[in-house]
Amino acid sequence: MARSDVQLMLDVKAGDEQSIELLLRKYRTPLVNFLCRMVRDSAVAEDLAQEVFLRVYLARKEYAPSAKFTTWMFRIATNLALNSVRDNRNRQMEISMDRAVDIGDDERPAMEVQDLTPTVEQYLIARSRSEMILRAIDALPEKQRAAVLLHKYQELDYDEIARILDCSESALKSLLFRAYETLRTALAPLLNAEKVSSNAPWRM
Amino acid sequence: MGHTERFGKNCAEMEDKLVQYLDGRAKPAERRAVEDHLAVCSGCRNRAEDFRAIFGALDDLPAVSPSPSFDASLRARVAAEADRRTLWGWIPSPRLAFAVAALVAMSVWLASTPRIVNYDSATTRVPAEAEFSMIRDLPVLENYEVISKFDALSELPASPDDTAAGEVKNETSE
Ligand SMILES: [Zn+2]
Repeated sequence: MARSDVQLMLDVKAGDEQSIELLLRKYRTPLVNFLCRMVRDSAVAEDLAQEVFLRVYLARKEYAPSAKFTTWMFRIATNLALNSVRDNRNRQMEISMDRAVDIGDDERPAMEVQDLTPTVEQYLIARSRSEMILRAIDALPEKQRAAVLLHKYQELDYDEIARILDCSESALKSLLFRAYETLRTALAPLLNAEKVSSNAPWRM
Repeated sequence: MGHTERFGKNCAEMEDKLVQYLDGRAKPAERRAVEDHLAVCSGCRNRAEDFRAIFGALDDLPAVSPSPSFDASLRARVAAEADRRTLWGWIPSPRLAFAVAALVAMSVWLASTPRIVNYDSATTRVPAEAEFSMIRDLPVLENYEVISKFDALSELPASPDDTAAGEVKNETSE
């Protein structure tokens, strides 16, 4: 019988370092995907994913199975991602403020806020449907983005996601609702186009 | 009757229930509550339809694969970290590790700059006893000055729930 994640981690703790290879093989792709969509940069995402495994490995002696392994791992990943996104944003802000000073008031640099309200023309420019969807995910506030990614791709329970994001389950539900509502607004042109083309009335 | 509710109390309740209903994880009672509401509210029905389409769109996104060098560079990082720890592993505490490092640095300094301590022209080298007392006195230095300046060193390892998780910087967002 396959060992559970918790058992694998307990074996690692007991000195069986090979078991961490199994966890690595199982979770590297989900982790890299999650981090890639959180930080929008595949090189940074890989670096952070390695950092997650490194921290898991270094903390093995103190590991206590008080939570699911995935909760613990994604909590580390989410915190690293949020910190990276915020550091990056602060850097960008400094750069654009410097630029604003250089250029002067009448020629303000394009703010990213524009991405939040894409126009139909921008959609036509976007090369593919996937690109539109990725852009909409990118434009979500980072905690909403993390909630959607954990909810949609990681098959985690609501209580797990809530623990990962450090909020209550009911706060998570409303976070998810707002996130999908934001995506709905951002993707309205796409959704409407597909509604027209499928031409099928919606059924429960 | 097919009347349409304006965004009312029942619509507000959908905020807690709709996503869980659509992903199939709602309990039977909540499920029924959502279905009853959707039957009479075209606004929420539209929203549910759009949310379902968004779920589908997210499913269609291509997955990213880790690069071929991922495992190798991770192993290198783990090995580097393990080496670093083994090197200092025999010293029980970071403070002591610092004291040892200071002691080594001090010995090197003493050995390479004999003239600085050579205030007496009669002696050409630091007497062995003086050198010994420098070393013997180091714990005092460690206790009163080093510790106050290098507390960060003692914050290294901890339990998985705290430091391993890495504190999120104190900043809030949505
Ligand atoms: Zn409604």
